[in-house]
Amino acid sequence: MSQVRLAGTGMTSFGSHPDRTGRDMFASAGLEALEDAGVPAADVDELFYGNFIGTLSERQGHQGPLMAEALGTTVPSRRIESACASSGLAVHDAVRAIGSGDADVVVAGGMERMTNMGTAGATDGLARAADDLYEVQSGVTFPGAYALMARAYFDEYGGTHEDLAHIAVKNHDNALVNDHAHLQQEITVAEALEAPEIAAPFGLYDACPISDGAAALVLMSPTYAAEHDLEAGVAISGAGHGGDTMALHDRPTLSRTPATREAAKVAYDEASIDPNDVAIAEVHDCFTIAEVFALEALGMYRDGEAIGAARRGETRRDGELPVNLSGGLKAKGHPVGATGAAQVAAVATLLDGSHPRAEAVADDATIGVAQNAGGTVASATVHVLEVIDE
Amino acid sequence: MTAATDGGYDEFLDALADGDGYFYACSNEHGLLPPRQACPHCGDRELARRELPRTGEIVTHTTVSVPTPQFDDNAPYVTAIVDFGQVRLTGIVRGVDRDDVAIEQRVTATVEPSETTDDRTITFRPAQ
Ligand SMILES: [Zn+2]
Repeated sequence: MSQVRLAGTGMTSFGSHPDRTGRDMFASAGLEALEDAGVPAADVDELFYGNFIGTLSERQGHQGPLMAEALGTTVPSRRIESACASSGLAVHDAVRAIGSGDADVVVAGGMERMTNMGTAGATDGLARAADDLYEVQSGVTFPGAYALMARAYFDEYGGTHEDLAHIAVKNHDNALVNDHAHLQQEITVAEALEAPEIAAPFGLYDACPISDGAAALVLMSPTYAAEHDLEAGVAISGAGHGGDTMALHDRPTLSRTPATREAAKVAYDEASIDPNDVAIAEVHDCFTIAEVFALEALGMYRDGEAIGAARRGETRRDGELPVNLSGGLKAKGHPVGATGAAQVAAVATLLDGSHPRAEAVADDATIGVAQNAGGTVASATVHVLEVIDE
Repeated sequence: MTAATDGGYDEFLDALADGDGYFYACSNEHGLLPPRQACPHCGDRELARRELPRTGEIVTHTTVSVPTPQFDDNAPYVTAIVDFGQVRLTGIVRGVDRDDVAIEQRVTATVEPSETTDDRTITFRPAQ
């Protein structure tokens, strides 16, 4: 078990920030994370930076070094692009860099700027996470791809749009106290069901908003933390990464997401835990059905059983397994490249008590999980976070 | 688009448009669409060309109301994944009212221009 320490987190609010560039947003998040960790830029060994469509939205490639500069360093850096799993993968690779002994201190994070592209531009941009030849050229949008999966799930296991609406209502409700959230707006099941359709069976409230924002983490080796007497009470004790085919039609089933399952298995094994040990989860609910896929693939529910979890109250704040206490992508927002790192930051701050929704976490809770998915889960990362007893 | 950029996909669409649709099968009988040089399921590189069955069955579908710019004039339109036995195709369903599209419905695959651009799109029509 690698026990990489999470020493600091930082993020901008997620939302529409027409006046902020990518480098400005990532500088805010990254510098905040360094301050939170108590680490000078001079001690950073590497930057792992997630970003999806910056080359399109800001006409800026090679963003790794640019973002390192923004943090006050010229250390080696790389931009990691894996669609919506870009910064989950940045965290994963950072954990590996420290675990292997290659680095002592790394910044892992991500940024996305999307609202400047407009709805049509962003829809077009997001569709690039699907297979261009087989899917985009056949009219598949990103919501459309998840809608295809939702219909297949309903067909195999049952479930209704109303079940999905309960997930949206729950996540909106969780975001109400989160000032970093894009949407702080209470919604009802009826409102979710009556919202304009975007891709049947999804209405507007089944989809996450298009957001701008950045998130960053400072990770370090236990040795560095001890030598510098730093408070780093949360460890990333397991990190997994799974893959699948890009096009949905090449998968044997559309109602399960094996990439998350694969990532979870690796992460759980590394951390020596099983799904029953997990007290809270932040999962990739880019569309309401995605939360269902995630919970089943993470082993929290058997296949076909997570669809009613929010409706039954099990994944609500006062339920047995609170899911997406931050508001999730659904309400917190989804600046694609920043999402995975923001999820890890949310789990860490929920566990250490500094998140505005931390009161919903049981006092004896020590383990949380963050699951980040790319495209229609052709990529997935799972991170296990644990409070360290020292 | 040139043949170099689409690696055999254009040729596949030509054949499908002519009613001579085909797919590839690896030695382990995984069905694949061109362009492929290796099977993503098992790594096999011995891909044999097979005739695409004339009709397939809708596995799942959605009505897209918010399209990408390439499909602006089409929306709302129905996109579906259709099972042809050993292989599945993704395309747009035409000739059926959106409310009447259903899982297990039998359709044929062809190629038609999109209504917005002249790009060719795999199109499913109800089987006679
Ligand atoms: Zn094969």
